[in-house]
Amino acid sequence: MSETFLMALTGGICIGLAAVFLMVTLGRIGGISGIVFSAVKQPVEHSWAILFLAGVILGTSLFHFISGHPIPTFDVPTPLMLAGGFIVGVGTKLGSGCTSGHGICGIGRLSVRSIIATCTFLLLGFITVYLRLHGSVV
Amino acid sequence: MKLLMALLSGMLFGFGLALSGMTDIANVIGFLDLFGDWNPTLAFVMVGGILVSLPFFQFGLGKITAPLFADVFRLPTKTDIDVRLIGGAMLFGIGWGLVGLCPGPAIASLAYLNIDVLYFGVAMIIGMFVTDIVDRSLTAKS
Repeated sequence: MSETFLMALTGGICIGLAAVFLMVTLGRIGGISGIVFSAVKQPVEHSWAILFLAGVILGTSLFHFISGHPIPTFDVPTPLMLAGGFIVGVGTKLGSGCTSGHGICGIGRLSVRSIIATCTFLLLGFITVYLRLHGSVV
Repeated sequence: MKLLMALLSGMLFGFGLALSGMTDIANVIGFLDLFGDWNPTLAFVMVGGILVSLPFFQFGLGKITAPLFADVFRLPTKTDIDVRLIGGAMLFGIGWGLVGLCPGPAIASLAYLNIDVLYFGVAMIIGMFVTDIVDRSLTAKS
């Protein structure tokens, strides 16, 4: 197995372990969209959510610090960043979850809702990227 | 102790995101380009995550009566497959495909101090709150 595949698999295992750790210690689902919403809406009551998100940023910094792995670039026009962010915000709030909450925790719980949501956002992601890169429409 | 556990869990989560390649939008777009030049690498992230979450939620969680530093396990209770779930997931997929960022990597990438990532994050939070406000005003009316 190539190194990138192994890194992806190990990274995924870390994410899974982090979600399990959060459930065992605080009894919370490791779904980032929900945690972001809680952190901004009720920062005092959900101070744990703020600490969790700070940890996510620290953990990412730590990885690059230890590995010396180059920092990725974000070659996306600003208006597209804004539009994409807004749509992701609306979608994850309406659909009660994202890649971590539905895709990793929800599928682990064998939740029918999460399995359907994951298939749906993956499919729409595939279609959107296809239209962007190979279609004549966008 | 509670806050320390949250911080540690977040750190492991963020470390995993960066290690897996999820914070590099070129990887994400490559993975989402299933109908074109597909890069399957990131499928392994989900496989790795589920490899841990599935046995835990199916066999491990039932053996523990309560979380170590909280009163109860807060698990999702909704079971209905409705327009909100499908429509929300569709929109999320579109936004994900437009940029290549989903909420976890968007937060993690704030570490890179890139202004465009910050724009994405702020727009995402605005999107969540607009949805929440509209949602609650519609619920109040009906």
